[in-house]
Amino acid sequence: MRFKEVPWYAFLLAITLPIVALYALLFVQSISDEVVGLIPVNLTLDNWEFLKDGNIKVPGTTFQHYPNLYLVAGNTFLLAVTVAALEVVFSSLAGYAISRYKFRGRSSLLALALILHSFPGITLLIALFYILNLLGLYDTLLGVIIIKVALDMPLDIWIMKGFFDGVSWDMEMSALVDGCSRLQAWWKVILPNVRNGLMTVIIFGFLSGWSEFIYVLTFISSQDYWTFSMLVYALTTGEYSYIDPGVTSAVAIIYMVPVVLFFLFAQQYLLRIQIAGKGVS
Amino acid sequence: MKHKYLLFFLAPSFLLILVFFLIPVVITLLISLTDMDYSFQWNWVGLKNYEEMLRDPIAYKVFQNTLLYVFTTLSLFNVGLALVISLITVHIPERVGSGFRALWLLPRITPSTVYALLWLWAARQDESALFNWILGFFGFEPVNWIHRHPWLIVILVNGFVGTSFGMIIFTAALKSIPSDYLRAARVDGANTFQVIRYVELPLIKWPLMFVTAYQTLSLLTSYEYILLVTNGGPGYYTTEVWALYSYHLAFAQYGGIVKFGYGAALATVLVVLGLIMSVIYWRVFRLKEMMLEPKIEV
Repeated sequence: MRFKEVPWYAFLLAITLPIVALYALLFVQSISDEVVGLIPVNLTLDNWEFLKDGNIKVPGTTFQHYPNLYLVAGNTFLLAVTVAALEVVFSSLAGYAISRYKFRGRSSLLALALILHSFPGITLLIALFYILNLLGLYDTLLGVIIIKVALDMPLDIWIMKGFFDGVSWDMEMSALVDGCSRLQAWWKVILPNVRNGLMTVIIFGFLSGWSEFIYVLTFISSQDYWTFSMLVYALTTGEYSYIDPGVTSAVAIIYMVPVVLFFLFAQQYLLRIQIAGKGVS
Repeated sequence: MKHKYLLFFLAPSFLLILVFFLIPVVITLLISLTDMDYSFQWNWVGLKNYEEMLRDPIAYKVFQNTLLYVFTTLSLFNVGLALVISLITVHIPERVGSGFRALWLLPRITPSTVYALLWLWAARQDESALFNWILGFFGFEPVNWIHRHPWLIVILVNGFVGTSFGMIIFTAALKSIPSDYLRAARVDGANTFQVIRYVELPLIKWPLMFVTAYQTLSLLTSYEYILLVTNGGPGYYTTEVWALYSYHLAFAQYGGIVKFGYGAALATVLVVLGLIMSVIYWRVFRLKEMMLEPKIEV
């Protein structure tokens, strides 16, 4: 480090410190009775006791205010996995067709996907609420799943199309010449060559399902279908919220673990989504 | 048959897009012409909701709030700080630089409810809350940050998430500048500031415009973090923004009054804006070039 670079490091450090401090607070909070700034008072693991049976208790009451943690974890996992699975299957089908087939309306479909991918789906909340009620999908995880998949689909199709474009035609031609049908060629020859694209869509879909908040808040009313985002929301600001930061931070950490793991192992994919997905190459 | 499997490939995703994306756009427009409430009756009222919007003093306040929110967050964080961070981190050793950038990605990948929770705790009123504790060393009195400075907190909360998008794109753009250019400028006697000002910034003009345009739309329609941190308060619509107002009208009115019609009219403004801007990106940022026809056809 040269002397004249010191102010730059200092600046970078100063603006990044709040982020580090916020996450340190979460961690310290979860293993202590009380926190003064970032200093723990009385280290303890009591906050994690709910892991035994999954019941989060409100001090001084016997009524069960919150759904069981393991039920919530299961719902969240189901939502995330289903969203990821549907997104990867649907987008690798459509992305392939748009990349490799020449047909009438191809460019309109692609233009549609491109225009919609930057369109904020969140503005359609009222209409989606209406449609879900019409289809009897209000207050079901399936309703949230379908909406997530539909709104993510334009971006996913675009990502997959980009990866399919990168597979050489010769490879596909030789598969077709050898007697594969288009479907077999797609499955046996092309898909193994776009593994990175598939991973990208799966990770993106999983994280987007795992973290979803607004659609769950709006389209789910029964506690039986709560996901982690609703549980953390209720523990912080909800109707029966009791402010026990220790337990709340323990729940929040559990919620964050898969996200951080994905983040550590899949940073290369995440960066690629940001860049490939957002129209800059 | 030539296109034997075409429908099989395309149908699932485009059916979903049709039913849960395109039709909702139309339904939003239609609901905005009714006074629909929770009974889902289609009572057509023409443009009444739009007339109400023009007269509604809350809508006017919310409109001003939205401009303040979008302009400040965008200029200070989503473009400003994003550019500063990417410029600094590409000019220092790569390992350190990418470490800092990874930290800045954390707020974006953290589930929104957890991230909001961290700010709610840090900004609490008591002396032992993080912000008051730190400022206490400098002799500041403890305050309830969300009540005293709601906009500061709203902008910081959104800004720390928003910075990473521009940061990633600017970093990628800066890294793709051929090092010959930078070396040539150095040989000609340019210092670091001059290299940034006269070589690097002009070369990342397009990414800069793209991030500005893209993030303007994102900020206009985003309200998740505001809902979680201030929920539009404290007090009378202090930090309520346009999209959040639409949400509150439809899903969280005090006293259980549900105004889907009026809420949809407010949403329609954003839908139309969103469609126009999406088309503009497509044209201006030459996305059309990515739509080249397949090279051969079997």
